[in-house]
Amino acid sequence: MSLDIFLMQLFGGISLFTILVLMALGLAIVFGLMGVINMAHGELMALGAYVTYLVAWVFEHYLPGLMGIYLFFAIAAAFIVTFAFGWVLERVFIRFLYKRPLDTLLATWGLSLVLQQTYRSAFGAQEVSVPMTAWLSGAWEPVPGIQLPLNRLFIVALTILVSVMLYYMLFKTRWGLRIRAVTQNRQMSGAAGINTDRVDATTFAVGSGLAGIAGSVFTMVGSTNPLTGQIYIVDSFIVVVFGGVQSLLGTFLSGFVIAQTQTTLEFILSGSMARVTILLFVIVVLYFRPNGLFAAKVR
Amino acid sequence: MSIRGIAKHAEVLGYVGLAVVLLAVLPAVLDEFRLNLVSKYLCFALVGVGIVLVWGYAGILSLGQGIFFGLGGYLMAMFLKLEASAPELPDFMVWSSTEVLPWWWEPYHSLTVTLVSIVVLPSLLAFVLAYAVFRRRIGGVYFAIVTLALALTLTVLLVGQQGYTGGANGITDFKTLLGWNIISDAGLVNLYFLQVVLLFVVMAAARFMVRSRLGKILIAVRDSEDRVRFSGYDTAMFKAFAFTIGAFFASLGGAMYSIQVGLITPTLVGAVASIEMVIYVAVGGRLSIVGAVIGALLVGWAKSLISENFPAVWLFFIGALFIIITMFLPSGLAGLLAGILNNGAEASGDNARAASNTAAGARAETPR
Repeated sequence: MSLDIFLMQLFGGISLFTILVLMALGLAIVFGLMGVINMAHGELMALGAYVTYLVAWVFEHYLPGLMGIYLFFAIAAAFIVTFAFGWVLERVFIRFLYKRPLDTLLATWGLSLVLQQTYRSAFGAQEVSVPMTAWLSGAWEPVPGIQLPLNRLFIVALTILVSVMLYYMLFKTRWGLRIRAVTQNRQMSGAAGINTDRVDATTFAVGSGLAGIAGSVFTMVGSTNPLTGQIYIVDSFIVVVFGGVQSLLGTFLSGFVIAQTQTTLEFILSGSMARVTILLFVIVVLYFRPNGLFAAKVR
Repeated sequence: MSIRGIAKHAEVLGYVGLAVVLLAVLPAVLDEFRLNLVSKYLCFALVGVGIVLVWGYAGILSLGQGIFFGLGGYLMAMFLKLEASAPELPDFMVWSSTEVLPWWWEPYHSLTVTLVSIVVLPSLLAFVLAYAVFRRRIGGVYFAIVTLALALTLTVLLVGQQGYTGGANGITDFKTLLGWNIISDAGLVNLYFLQVVLLFVVMAAARFMVRSRLGKILIAVRDSEDRVRFSGYDTAMFKAFAFTIGAFFASLGGAMYSIQVGLITPTLVGAVASIEMVIYVAVGGRLSIVGAVIGALLVGWAKSLISENFPAVWLFFIGALFIIITMFLPSGLAGLLAGILNNGAEASGDNARAASNTAAGARAETPR
C-alpha cells in the first residue's frame, strides 16, 4: 500500500473512530462508576442526532443567515438535551436497579425499544440528514495528492477536545475527585460527606451527554434513522471492554485500534468478514486479558 | 381445594393445567393456522426452559441463546432444503452462482447426521465457550456482552455468506421430511402434537435437574460462587454444564422451528431475537419451568396479536414489558402467583389458628 492510499485509508476510519470513542467514553464512565450497563446508550446518541437535525431545521427556516454556525448550537443543544434526559432517567429509573446489574441491562434494553419506536413515530422510519455546512465541505491538501476532508478534521478535533475536557474534569476538578472517590469506595465516600446520589445522577447525565455529542457528530458523516443507535451499541461495548473499563485512555486507544482495524480489513476483506474478524479477535484478546488491554492494576 | 392446598400443589397443577390446555383445549378451539402459531411459540418455550436453568438457577444471563437456536434451526434447514431441492442445488445457491454443493453441506443429506449435529454441535460450541470463559472467571455483565457480540457475529456471517447460507432471506421453502409432507394442514397438526410431547420431555428433564443435587449446587453458585469454589467444587464446570444444557434445548427449539414455520433467517439468531427470548422467561418467572412456557405462549401470542393489528405498538409493548417486569416483578408471573398463594395460605392458616385458639378459650390474639 503506498503512503497516500495508506493515509487516506487511515482517514477513512476516522469517522467510525470519533463516534465509537465518544459513545464508549460515556459508557465507560457510567459503567466504571455505577457498574450499570446502559443498553439505551445508542438511543441517547440517536436523540443527539435528532436534536441536531431539529436545530438545523430551525436555522434553515428561521435563521438562514446563521446556517454557517448552526453546528455549534446543535452540538450544545444535543449535549444539553441528552444530559437532561440522562439526569431524569437516572432519577426515576436507573437508580432503583443499581443492586441488580443484569436486570438493569434488560430494563435499559426495554427503554431502548421504546425510544426507537418513539423516534419512528415522531420522525418516520426514513433516514433524515442535515445540510452540510459550507465551510466544512472542502478538503485540506497538505501535500499534493493527499486530500483530507475538512468535516473529518473537524470531528477529530472535536473528539479530542471533548476527551481532553473530560479528562480535565475527571482528574483536575472537585467534581471529578468526587466521582473517582465514589468509584473507588462508595461507602467511605458517603461517610466523608459526598452526596453519592447526586454524583451518580451527574455522572450518568454526563455519560448521556457524551452520547448526545456522538449523535451530533454522527449527523456530519451519516444519515439518522430510528435504528442508528442499535447499530453502534454493541461495538461501543466492545470498545469499552477491550480498552479496560476503568481506563479512559484505554477506551480512547481501543476505539482507535478497533475503528482503524475495521476499516482496513474492510478494504482487504468484505465488510461482513471484517466485522466477524474484529469481534472474534476481541473475544480472544479478552480471554487472555479479561480486564481489557489497558486495565489499571486495581486492588 | 383450599387455598393452602392450591399453594402446596401449585407446581403440579401448573403442569397438569398446561398439558390440558396444550393437548385438549387449543387443538379443539384453534384452526390449523393458529395451532401452527402456537407451535411456533412453543419452539421459543423450549429455549425458555433452557434459560430458566441458565439464568434462573445458574445466574448466568446469556444474551446469545439465538446462536444456539439458530444453529439448530440452520442444521435442520440444511437437511430439509436438500431434500426439497434434490437432486439439484438449493435455489439460493444457484442464485448466488455457487456451482457445487459446499463440502460441509454434503453430510446433511442424511437425517441421522442432521439430528446428531443438532444435538452435538451447538452443545459442544456452548461448552467450549462457556468453560473457557468461566474458567477465566469472566461472568456477569461481561458474559452477557460476549454472548451478545457472538450473536451479532453469527448474524453478520450468515448474512454475508449468501451463497452458503441464503443471506438475509435465510433458508426457506421446505416440502417434506423423509417424504412426509410437513406443509399440509394434517402434517402441521401432527407436528404440533410432536412439539408438545417434546416440550414436556424437556420440561421433565429440566425439572429433574433443578430438583437434583445439581440444581442445589447451581443455586449455590449463583448466590455465592466463591464459597462453592472454596468448598472444592469446580464451579466453572457446573456453570458450563448448565449453559450447555440451555444451548441444547435452544438448538432443539430452533430445529423444531425450521420444520414447523418453514424458514430460518439470520434475524432469529441476532441480538434482538436473543434478548427477546430472555423476556419470555422474565414474564413467566425465571425460576419456574412452567412459568417460562406460559411466558413464551403469552408474549408470543401478544406479539402476533399486536403485530397483526397495531404494528407500531409492538416495540412500545415489549419495551414497557422489559421495564415493568424487571423493576416491579423480577420473579415474573410465577412469583406473583406464589406471593398471592402464600399470603392466602398464611391468612387462612392464621384464621384456622385463631379459630382453634378461641375454641380453646384462649385470647384471640394471633401472634404475628
